[in-house]
Amino acid sequence: MLQDKDRIYTNLYGFERFSLPEAKTRGDWERTGALVKKGKDWIISEMKASGLRGRGGAGFPTGLKWSFMPDPEKTQKPHYLVINADESEPGTCKDRDILRHEPHKLLEGALIAGFAMGAHAAYIYIRGEFYNEGSAVVKAIKEAYEAGLLGKNAAKSGWDFDVYLHRGAGAYICGEETALLESLEGKKGQPRNKPPFPAMAGLYSCPTTVNNVETIASVPTILRRGGAWFASLGSDEKNTGTKLFCISGHVENPCNVEEEMGIPLRDLIEKHAGGVRGGWDNLLAIIPGGSSTPLLPKDTCATIRMDFDSLREVGSGLGTGGVIVMDKSTDIVYAIARLSYFYMHESCGQCTPCREGTGWLWRIMQRMVTGNATIDEIDMLYDLTKEIEGQTICAHGDASAWPIQGLIRHFRPEMEARILVYRKQAKAA
Amino acid sequence: MPKLKINGMLIEVEKGTSVLQAAEMLGVEIPRFCYHDKLSVPANCRMCLVELKNAPKPVASCAIEAGEGMDITTNSEMIQKARKGVMEMMLINHPLDCPICDQGGECDLQDQSYGYGFDRSRYQETKRAVKDKDIGPLIKTVMTRCIQCTRCIRFGEEIAGTADLGLLNRGEDVEIGTFVEKAVSSELSGNMIDICPVGALTSKPYAFTARPWELKKTETIDVHDAVGSNIRVDTKGGEVMRILPRLHEGVNEEWISDKTRFAYDGLKKNRLDVPYVRSKTTGKLEKAKWSEALTSVAEAMRATSPDKIAAFSGDLADVDSVVALKDLMISLGSPHIECRTDGMRIDPSTRAGYIFNSGIAGIEEADSLLLIGTNPKMEAALVNARIRKTWLNKRLPISLIGEPVDLPYPYEHLGTTAQDIEKYTVKDSQKPMIIVGDQIFSRTDALALHAVCRDLAEKIGCIQDDWNGFNVLHRHAGRVGALDVGFVSAAPIKTEEMDVVYLLNSDEENIINNCNKNAFVIYQGHHGDLGAHRADVILPAATYTEKNALYVNTEGRVQMTRQAVFPVGEAKEDWKIIRALSEELGKTLPYNSLLALRARITEEWAHFAEIDVCPQEEWGQFGVTGVLLKSGFKNTIDHYYMTNVICRASKTMRACVDKFYPKKTKTKIKKAA
Repeated sequence: MLQDKDRIYTNLYGFERFSLPEAKTRGDWERTGALVKKGKDWIISEMKASGLRGRGGAGFPTGLKWSFMPDPEKTQKPHYLVINADESEPGTCKDRDILRHEPHKLLEGALIAGFAMGAHAAYIYIRGEFYNEGSAVVKAIKEAYEAGLLGKNAAKSGWDFDVYLHRGAGAYICGEETALLESLEGKKGQPRNKPPFPAMAGLYSCPTTVNNVETIASVPTILRRGGAWFASLGSDEKNTGTKLFCISGHVENPCNVEEEMGIPLRDLIEKHAGGVRGGWDNLLAIIPGGSSTPLLPKDTCATIRMDFDSLREVGSGLGTGGVIVMDKSTDIVYAIARLSYFYMHESCGQCTPCREGTGWLWRIMQRMVTGNATIDEIDMLYDLTKEIEGQTICAHGDASAWPIQGLIRHFRPEMEARILVYRKQAKAA
Repeated sequence: MPKLKINGMLIEVEKGTSVLQAAEMLGVEIPRFCYHDKLSVPANCRMCLVELKNAPKPVASCAIEAGEGMDITTNSEMIQKARKGVMEMMLINHPLDCPICDQGGECDLQDQSYGYGFDRSRYQETKRAVKDKDIGPLIKTVMTRCIQCTRCIRFGEEIAGTADLGLLNRGEDVEIGTFVEKAVSSELSGNMIDICPVGALTSKPYAFTARPWELKKTETIDVHDAVGSNIRVDTKGGEVMRILPRLHEGVNEEWISDKTRFAYDGLKKNRLDVPYVRSKTTGKLEKAKWSEALTSVAEAMRATSPDKIAAFSGDLADVDSVVALKDLMISLGSPHIECRTDGMRIDPSTRAGYIFNSGIAGIEEADSLLLIGTNPKMEAALVNARIRKTWLNKRLPISLIGEPVDLPYPYEHLGTTAQDIEKYTVKDSQKPMIIVGDQIFSRTDALALHAVCRDLAEKIGCIQDDWNGFNVLHRHAGRVGALDVGFVSAAPIKTEEMDVVYLLNSDEENIINNCNKNAFVIYQGHHGDLGAHRADVILPAATYTEKNALYVNTEGRVQMTRQAVFPVGEAKEDWKIIRALSEELGKTLPYNSLLALRARITEEWAHFAEIDVCPQEEWGQFGVTGVLLKSGFKNTIDHYYMTNVICRASKTMRACVDKFYPKKTKTKIKKAA
């Protein structure tokens, strides 16, 4: 269990104010200029040493990602840092607490990260629904400018740095990094083809790195305490540090909590969320990393550790760390059908399999809820998810397929039973 | 140059080539819907997926650049399954109404579903329906058939430069539309029909008139402007059913303008199908036999002194008939021949002085451009598309002297008068280009203007050993050819003093209005328009789809039309009429067949022997230094859809005018007709 001394987000719950003086007492903006002056190479090597993996869901090593940015002198183009605060994944609310309670960590991280990748400007693309959170960030940006922490010679680092906040207009797909860039450019939020990756041609065709809020906000503390400190936490050298988990659903005490990477899922729920409603035995399934990750049945939940690689081994993923707990009162087929609706509604409509397929999946799932289907259709449904998965420009197609695949993998008997009951009733009527 | 393997075959391609293009070079066919050679690559249809060794997922071959050492498989089981999946998704919300769809028989979706479709559907749910949009008189929409490939959107944004269409809504609800319902206002909009891979956008005038497999296809060229677009005329029975573009990278790429595509219904309306002779008693035109018509023409000509006979060739006159008419006039002894019926006094002494020297494809090489007195959007929509393409590719700096017009690229407006030409300067331009509109030579200072333009071209370096950036943009298909064969008079013809006027396809208002009231006017042409109304004898002739004839486009490129249908009624091919008349006059022309006529033409003008060659002409002297007028240049085309007799007879073009131009122009056309 994570000790208080190793916590990065000391004001996660907003017990103190977010504004600059209080943030400073918590250690933000401490020696920032000096950190920057240690140079780009030092920052990137420390980040690589820390083993921090992107906190947006895909878990790509952050130091490596930054090192992909080309040399600004060679490209002769402005570089950009874009911070993805379009947190819309159902079951996830970690960035929200950072934005409203710890915005200065984010801004400080933006300066350091921006410097490391040769960017003089950062754009924070915030979800439109996060109105108050956005206002907090705006206020923090203002404070930072007034204190000389941003702008010309930001925090006396010798680096000019500006931060802009851009509000989204309520589209889940704009959380996908290239769709976010399109949206930021004023176009319709539709993911771009990769390659070229944003590090080569991102915002306005300039080298760009898109990072999650949690990733960037962790950077200052990691650098202050050293990459080795961060790497000493976690389950192994590939799954290091601390992670914010958002526990929701059928638990006694739903909460956001910062914990060590690789904490057993059962510990996470029992120690921080007060346990499953009605006791562990009342557990049906858990979605471990936001709605797009396949669910885990109870048996797996008992032993699984919450890190990228352990969860991948059991056919799921850490994703954003949004843990959705479902007890035995849950209509699991309906729950997944609801997610199918969400993915249908949020598809951008660009690629054929996702545009047409997500709607088809939802319609079959609706029938699965009542049992108005045939047993063969379960296989067909699985086949359809395979026709969508991996065949689209972005991962939205995958995200719409995975929850259903998880359902069929673990709850096929439940689906079959419903179909049989429905048939019986239909016959009787 | 990266080397890669596709299905085990090695190929070396140029850098920047996509895997799909590389596969095509090897003859490996990859199905696609959204990908189009001339448009940007969105990779959204997902049909062209291929397997790349060591990649976790199948990749879209259209969007991925061929890289060194790639190992691509296009026919593995995994790919077959992926494509079948995409095809299934594409078809679930497609109405499958092929039997009543105009695209049936030439539909990409239909063709590819033979390869990748199932014989039955697994889709049990309700299909989506999309409301049809009214996007103008040319394009018919059945939006339920749309597969959202976005080719039409990209065509509008990239080629035509009018972002009228867009993708509305998201997910399942996406549809193509204009948001606020309006017509797609582009001179190139018809091309959206061609690039639409399904039957969502089809031709409105062609709707339900023919099936592609019952059409006879004739490859020919277009004469509605001086571009000489390469087209295919599809006919059924003796009727032109539709006109489609043919690929010609040098001229029209694979696009044609809306006038070229849709004015064909004008070929069937208001046609002159029998000869007419004006009755001496009633003063009205009456139907006559060919022999009667020719006799009365011959009589009138014989009774007139040669220097009182004039011949004019019009906008649509082909080279063959112009040469025949010239020979006839020479044998009669009359010097009064003229093709520049709009009063243009461009100096024809040097060929480089009146053609588009760089070639239309040469625009892409230019690195600076000056437009003088021209509106390429109206005069030559495809030249305009080429300029836009070059501007898109390399931000070509463009300046304009003349009326400020709406063009699909930004330009610097330097002024409207000839005096403003002096102001133009270029910096660091290796291949500067000037495009001069032909209509500015209709002014009385034409020769001086010609000289000014020539001097400017030399000053800014348009004339180099391997580059000639001096270009004249003509508007009429018949003009360059007639200039080439010297169908011109040294001094302006005093039309009002002429007793016999021979109009070969000439319907120009200023000629006809200038004719002496007592003059005997012979009109040879195919439509009952201005010329026919004034005529004393009408000799019905063939249109460009009804004859084999030579035309020269603005580049000086000699091209041939091919006969797709027979002339209507008793109409005859133009050169034959003149040949028959010469016999009637007792001055029989020395050729009996088209072959013999062509031999006569190439004997004197050797370049006519080379079909479809963009000529390299030697630079020379032209124009005469003189005083320039102070008045500004004026554009003469104020409505794109009505520029010649065929368009004026076309109902489709009429509908376009009603849609796209305000009432003011409408009344004006009425008066002219």
